[in-house]
Amino acid sequence: MENKDTKEKLLRQFAPQLEKVSSATLVWILFLLGVIGLGVYAFVTQVTKGHIVTGMRDNVVWGIYIVNFIFFMGMSYSGAIISGTLQLFRTEWRKPIIRMAEYLAIISLLIGPGYILLCIGRLDRLYYLALFGRIQSPITWDVIAISTDIFGCLIFLYLSILRDIASLRDFSELKIPAWRKKVYSMLALGYTGTPEQEKRLRRATDIMATMVIAIAIIVYSVLAWIFSVTLQPGWHSTIFGPYFVIAAVYSGTGVLIIAMWVFRKVYHLDQYITRKHFVAMGVLMVVLAALFGYFTFSDYLTKWYGSEKNDESLIRILFTEYYWPFIFSNYIGVLIPLLVVGIAKLRTITNITLSALVVIVALWFNRYLIVIPTLESPYLPIQDSRPDWVNYTGTWVEFSLMAAGVALFCLLFTLASKFVPVMNVSEMAEIPKPESSELFKAEESLL
Amino acid sequence: MKDKNENKKSSRRQFLKKGLVAGAGMVAGGSLLAAYIDKSKPTSGEKVKVLTTEGELVEVDKSLIHSPRVSREESHKGIPGRKFVMVIDLAKCKNARKCVESCQKGHHLPSSQEFMKVYLLQDSEKSAPYWFPKPCFHCDNPLCVSVCPVGATYKRSDGIVLIDNERCIGCKFCMTGCPYSTRVFAWKDYPEYAEDKEPYSPEASSPGKEGTVSKCDFCPDLVRMGKLPYCAQNCPMGVIYFGDIDEDTVTNGAETFRFSELIRDRSGYRYLEVLGTRPSVYYLPPVERQFPVESGFNDLKESVKNRFKNTPYGKTHKL
Repeated sequence: MENKDTKEKLLRQFAPQLEKVSSATLVWILFLLGVIGLGVYAFVTQVTKGHIVTGMRDNVVWGIYIVNFIFFMGMSYSGAIISGTLQLFRTEWRKPIIRMAEYLAIISLLIGPGYILLCIGRLDRLYYLALFGRIQSPITWDVIAISTDIFGCLIFLYLSILRDIASLRDFSELKIPAWRKKVYSMLALGYTGTPEQEKRLRRATDIMATMVIAIAIIVYSVLAWIFSVTLQPGWHSTIFGPYFVIAAVYSGTGVLIIAMWVFRKVYHLDQYITRKHFVAMGVLMVVLAALFGYFTFSDYLTKWYGSEKNDESLIRILFTEYYWPFIFSNYIGVLIPLLVVGIAKLRTITNITLSALVVIVALWFNRYLIVIPTLESPYLPIQDSRPDWVNYTGTWVEFSLMAAGVALFCLLFTLASKFVPVMNVSEMAEIPKPESSELFKAEESLL
Repeated sequence: MKDKNENKKSSRRQFLKKGLVAGAGMVAGGSLLAAYIDKSKPTSGEKVKVLTTEGELVEVDKSLIHSPRVSREESHKGIPGRKFVMVIDLAKCKNARKCVESCQKGHHLPSSQEFMKVYLLQDSEKSAPYWFPKPCFHCDNPLCVSVCPVGATYKRSDGIVLIDNERCIGCKFCMTGCPYSTRVFAWKDYPEYAEDKEPYSPEASSPGKEGTVSKCDFCPDLVRMGKLPYCAQNCPMGVIYFGDIDEDTVTNGAETFRFSELIRDRSGYRYLEVLGTRPSVYYLPPVERQFPVESGFNDLKESVKNRFKNTPYGKTHKL
């Protein structure tokens, strides 16, 4: 059951954001387009001059691009797993933030694969993947998995915004051009909120929530296997699948907290997104921090303790050349959220958001340290007189394209929030059934 | 078995005839066929030693040697009845780098790309440094082939792992898959990559194309003509032996050995056997060496010499 008054109040709150673009937003969008333009220029440079304009060479054949690929894909899986789980368990505090998690899932999923394309030397032959695809190759697994994931997440997002689209169609006060009304009306698929429709929608959403959780785990494991199926020291690890999944969800909690903070500020959602939500997400982040720390520790401990020759030299590089990134990503990135959320006095919205920021940067470096030092320490020592063939450094082309990806992420998030409210208005307006417990409700709908 | 017995009996004439049969599958084979049959063609008088497909060394007139470029389809199959193997005698290597240079010339490679690399290895602190020429190992369990998403790199019946540069999408997964850092990538369009007018063949020693991966190919085009790969042909020390493991014969052009006896008598081994890739390249350990390791630094270009500055040997010795 929906409370009509609450819903109208909420729609009125979000109407200005959907109706017009403020000058500040316009400047923001233009800035993002500028950064994306720089990325386009970098891309054109790479295509015309060849991959020599990147920092990648014969030893480090994958650089920042693959780091960003792992990073964005991780955010996507995180969005999918968080939104799917919160949906299935009918967690009460999910309501104002679940839409953001869903946006996170789909938007980063649209950007992430772009980075693997940037690694490909012959983009003109990309269709060979379909034409001559070999199922034995983990890249083919990835192609299948990611395309499945994109469809799954799109359907899940669509199901979850359907009720809001129908509400926007019926909300007469909304001052938007006629064509947009038409779009809403088309996308709403004639949903009017009859009990039968409601039941079906709920069931479909639950099925998709289950599916996206499963798909996300599979896809991210496949991504991890791209590394762990090889024999490279540092990659050839049995725990890479689960380790990557945990690291992904961990990074995503960080991004979600930041998105919550930004939208709360920009759209004045203080009364809906409260400290309670930040603490709830913070606790989730801490649980994942502990898991992530545990996996990282297990992985490096076993490599270090046995100290096989090549593992040993990798660990030595990590603790010398990459000392600060290593300490930052695997120690500070784990301890900061533990301290901030663990100590009640520190548990403020600002602190949680700041620690989320630390987590995101730490996780980016974590992936960097997984990819680059391994490629810099192959079985046969690199013997080369050209410094750039021995050690990898990203070039302006790679950093511009990285910035462009982040800008595109922000742009798509901004545009999405202009199309459908960033909060699930229909769910917020729902009257909770006081007699049934949260878990019981979830069980009820599964039956 | 029957095949092998027949092979042993066959003469040079039959070798040329077989060339004909092989040539039938060629796209650009017309002129080459003519060269094989055309007895009236003036001979140069210059004789060259070649290894027949039966593993025998024979002398033929230089004018008879042509590049029988096989089609892309044919190059996926491999030379019937053969299984190639290479043996590298570390006791004889003094880093003369003729293998590297002749390979680069033969494959039209830019100076920045080496299919054959010579490493200065030292297994542990107290053990002796030695020169280590490293081609592609043409593994029997090649991870590069397993991970390729489009079948651009493949294992042939004769043991050779080849790359089809017109199929390769340049994802570089094979480069991370190979534990021996064998593969090179064309990071840009190198001017050295000469224009090739003949139809493309993965066998033809044509250089890689921009944005694709290349590597040592065991020179199947030369082998088809009964010649040794560039590295084996041009090594002044006769370090590199090439041959057929089923015929149990390897040669460096000057000496021919039974493969099994050579490996047994000289304790041959494969590099990083522990990885399970099952290489087709065997090494003879650097025992009773003919040259001290420092002789490998004579007449080296500065850029090459600098490569070894960071090795354990280079750090403790003046190069």
